[in-house]
Amino acid sequence: MEGGVVLLDFWASMFGMRVRIALAEKEIKYEYSEQDLRNKSDLLLQMNPVHKKIPVLIHNGKPICESLVQVQYIDEVWNDQAPLLPADPYKRATARFWADFVDKKMYDSGSRIWKTKGEEQEAAKKEFIENLKLLEGELGDNLYFGGEGFGYVDVALVPFYCWFYAYEQCGNFSIEAECPKLIAWAKRCMQKESVAKSLADPEKVYEFLLQLKKAYGIE
Amino acid sequence: MASSDGEVKVLGTWSSPFVMRARIALNLKSVHHEFLQERLWEGKSQLLLQSNPVHKKVPVLIHGHHTISESLIIVQYIDEVWSSAPSILPSQPLERATARFWAAYLDDKWFPSMRGIGMAEGEDARRAAIGQVEEGLVLLEEAFGECSKGRPFFGGDRIGYLDIAFGCFLGWLRVTEKMTGVMLLNETNTPRLLKWAHRFCSDDAVKDVMPETEKLAEFAKMIMGRVKGAAPGTGKS
Repeated sequence: MEGGVVLLDFWASMFGMRVRIALAEKEIKYEYSEQDLRNKSDLLLQMNPVHKKIPVLIHNGKPICESLVQVQYIDEVWNDQAPLLPADPYKRATARFWADFVDKKMYDSGSRIWKTKGEEQEAAKKEFIENLKLLEGELGDNLYFGGEGFGYVDVALVPFYCWFYAYEQCGNFSIEAECPKLIAWAKRCMQKESVAKSLADPEKVYEFLLQLKKAYGIE
Repeated sequence: MASSDGEVKVLGTWSSPFVMRARIALNLKSVHHEFLQERLWEGKSQLLLQSNPVHKKVPVLIHGHHTISESLIIVQYIDEVWSSAPSILPSQPLERATARFWAAYLDDKWFPSMRGIGMAEGEDARRAAIGQVEEGLVLLEEAFGECSKGRPFFGGDRIGYLDIAFGCFLGWLRVTEKMTGVMLLNETNTPRLLKWAHRFCSDDAVKDVMPETEKLAEFAKMIMGRVKGAAPGTGKS
């Protein structure tokens, strides 16, 4: 493993996808290791003893955990091409703020869409759309977040796009109808090879979600 | 690199550990700044609502016409703008990743578990909550060993990112120790952190912004009196 890059990951994880995109953007060769989350490997438990979660990036035998920490690490080590964070400190702070916003808000409100029903689900959908609209506002008329080309916030957010179909099916609503600019941005990102190769198939994600719901005992 | 010109202000409260992070970072860089105190119990000021419309929380750093929110993001911004020594983030990418990892752990897991002690109902729940915090401190003791490599701080010879991220909670940790009668930092389980805590609180960049334990304890009692079930440490609302 010396000198090598290994990614412990799970195919449907939005957080794992962020790292896959960053590695692809930098054209880094790595070993992808699919993990069984119901039966966690010794390697995973050894490399992330604190959280026992994927993704785990292993570089030169040393683990790095937490997807946004991993993306920043990749950006700093392989700094010769495809910069993900801008150079200006204020723009960097802004990028970090919105990536942090995605972390704090998107996963939670998205999960509640498929985990709940009735009034609770309606509230989750409303919050989810409100959060997406804030992101749309931040995107503005730019092609990508930050206005400088594909970067950190795009990497943080675009993996959620492959989960939208599943959320829409569970919540019986259309995200594109509410946030057309954001969907246009997502489709633009999907034209990049690094993104298209890294995101999971939305149909497969939905099938997986149906299995998860069964496992959680949710109709 | 961005200009370091422009007035610097921190919008916050004296009791918030998150606000303290911004002030410590500015002190480390010897940046003169104004501290604008929010009286959160009297409602949020127009300035706060305008400068952090997304989360409406403190701290907010105002630098010229820029506003920056989220304490750890503020600390990194300060490090990058006032880029002359001393550096706050470590210089090596792996050490930076390690520092960021533990800072995220503190915010996402450890500090909420400490707040959980105040919210626990019943002796069993309380003991379980204390146990969780103590387990976290053992992990942090180990992390201190790895990061400091025998030197006085997580950041090495001087206070760094992880020292700031963790040290800001020491006031509330001491209040919790007072209220539970349990010494969370102790010679047996966390001998190195115990010494580090004294060092951190005595540092020039910290000592004037770290609130006194007595004052914080009284403040905690007042909050708990006003809002039933609220936990100490909610400098953010």
